[in-house]
Amino acid sequence: MNIQTQIDELIKTHGKERKALMPILQDLAKQNRFLSKETLQYIGIKMDISAAEVYGTASFYSFLDITRRGENVIRVCKTISCDMKNKQLIVDTIKKRLNIGVGETSHDNKFTLLETNCMGHCHEGPVMLVNDDIYTNLTPQKTLEIIDKYSRG
Amino acid sequence: MDKLKKLQEKVNMIFTKCDHQAVLKKSVGEGPEQILKKLMASSLRGRGGAGFYTGLKWKFAKEAQGNKKYVICNADEGEPGTFKDRAILEQVPEKVLLGMAICACAISSDEGYIYLRGEYNYLKRKLQAVVDKFNNDIKSIMDFNVKIFSGSGAYVCGEETSLIESMEGKRGEPRNKPPYPVVSGYLGKPTVINNVETFVYAGMIMALGPQKFSALGTGDSKGGKVFSVSGDTPIPGIYELELGMTLEEFAELFGDGDTKAVQVGGASGFCVPRKNFKDTIIAFEGIPTGGSMMLFNSSRSMYNVLHNYLDFFCEESCGQCTPCRTGCQQLKKGIEAVKSKSKTPGYLGQLQKMSKTMQIACKCGLGQSVPNSFNSIVENFREEIIF
Repeated sequence: MNIQTQIDELIKTHGKERKALMPILQDLAKQNRFLSKETLQYIGIKMDISAAEVYGTASFYSFLDITRRGENVIRVCKTISCDMKNKQLIVDTIKKRLNIGVGETSHDNKFTLLETNCMGHCHEGPVMLVNDDIYTNLTPQKTLEIIDKYSRG
Repeated sequence: MDKLKKLQEKVNMIFTKCDHQAVLKKSVGEGPEQILKKLMASSLRGRGGAGFYTGLKWKFAKEAQGNKKYVICNADEGEPGTFKDRAILEQVPEKVLLGMAICACAISSDEGYIYLRGEYNYLKRKLQAVVDKFNNDIKSIMDFNVKIFSGSGAYVCGEETSLIESMEGKRGEPRNKPPYPVVSGYLGKPTVINNVETFVYAGMIMALGPQKFSALGTGDSKGGKVFSVSGDTPIPGIYELELGMTLEEFAELFGDGDTKAVQVGGASGFCVPRKNFKDTIIAFEGIPTGGSMMLFNSSRSMYNVLHNYLDFFCEESCGQCTPCRTGCQQLKKGIEAVKSKSKTPGYLGQLQKMSKTMQIACKCGLGQSVPNSFNSIVENFREEIIF
């Protein structure tokens, strides 16, 4: 389905009032892994708000990506409790395995590695989200197994 | 361990089973006046951190003019070190919905939302099923419907007016107050926004009576509280305990024997050093917390802790007002400069002065509370910041 049809469909589901903007952006980000300039412009036209407003809203939220991401987005928690549980070791493990830095996407577009703020699992750190799935009490070994699972899938 | 168990059993309201249908039927039967009366008698205060009296909030919303009113459950739990709302939503979601429905009855609302943070998207499917069932179950009792609204990863959206902005499809930037949401909230209509835990306590106060609740706690801080305990502790996790405990007792229960400081209330809270444990209580009269309790032992550098917090605030500041946007960055750069000796230790005094300005001039609670952790760490662990 091309992006314009997707947007038309989503407007049918959520409506075209301003309050529908977040659910529409969330669904589009999920389906396409990021929100392109064209996407934001077309939403603006269809919902009768300026493209700048749409961009302003999308760019505010860390889960609404406006740069192209990999198929799987890995978010490692970097807040203090996980930091104390040595989240750096987990980040380094992933960096080495995928050969990318934080904020980068692997060449095969399979993975993007990000660091994020507290994910609400401070008692079982270090933790990471892969897309919408949470993984807790990570060790380097466990982390590699999880990444392998997503590389195959 | 036994002592901890006993203390937990003394409160034990949040994670218990409860016949929500029966409680709702009874409350709706008694009517709004009676609900508010019970809530006021219980002296329940908001469990998200700010501690506004819940009964008063509902009363204002009830009295506000409007043909449409909303009830919103704030599940945008983003404070570092807090994870109790997630546990409540996983274990007793019906009790959260019960509290929301009782609120709806009290203020005459027919529509509610749970604002669930984006990081908890994996909870959504299960929660949606519970919400659907609940909406259906209460049809015979009252006209109230709950929906889930997903956030998209912004800490500031836990602030009630940014949460509303976000729901309205805008950037999550806080509004000027007044008007408060109870008068003009979501889509300009009177809106009650409460924390997940607050709704559960409200429901339990209706179920058990206000005396059971107000018998616990201290003069200004009645009842129990769910704590999220993390950091250097052998028993990290979620514990429901009475308010008013001293930090000395807390460190005895949860510490690893080498506790040097406890951060009460997360990154926006206060850092209490060991020497003050005896005289500090966990309550609105002492140091309040939204639930976050982080323990640090002597192996931790408080510079790293503070730097981590400031890093967090620099990212999460919405950028709308200058004192917060620039202030957070300057505080972070400032301690880096002192650490690397490119500024003298005296510079910390200037930073503290600037943080006082933030306290006064920032628009919302985010910026206003950055100085809490900054000053409490700089004052108590000055050497660790400098050397």
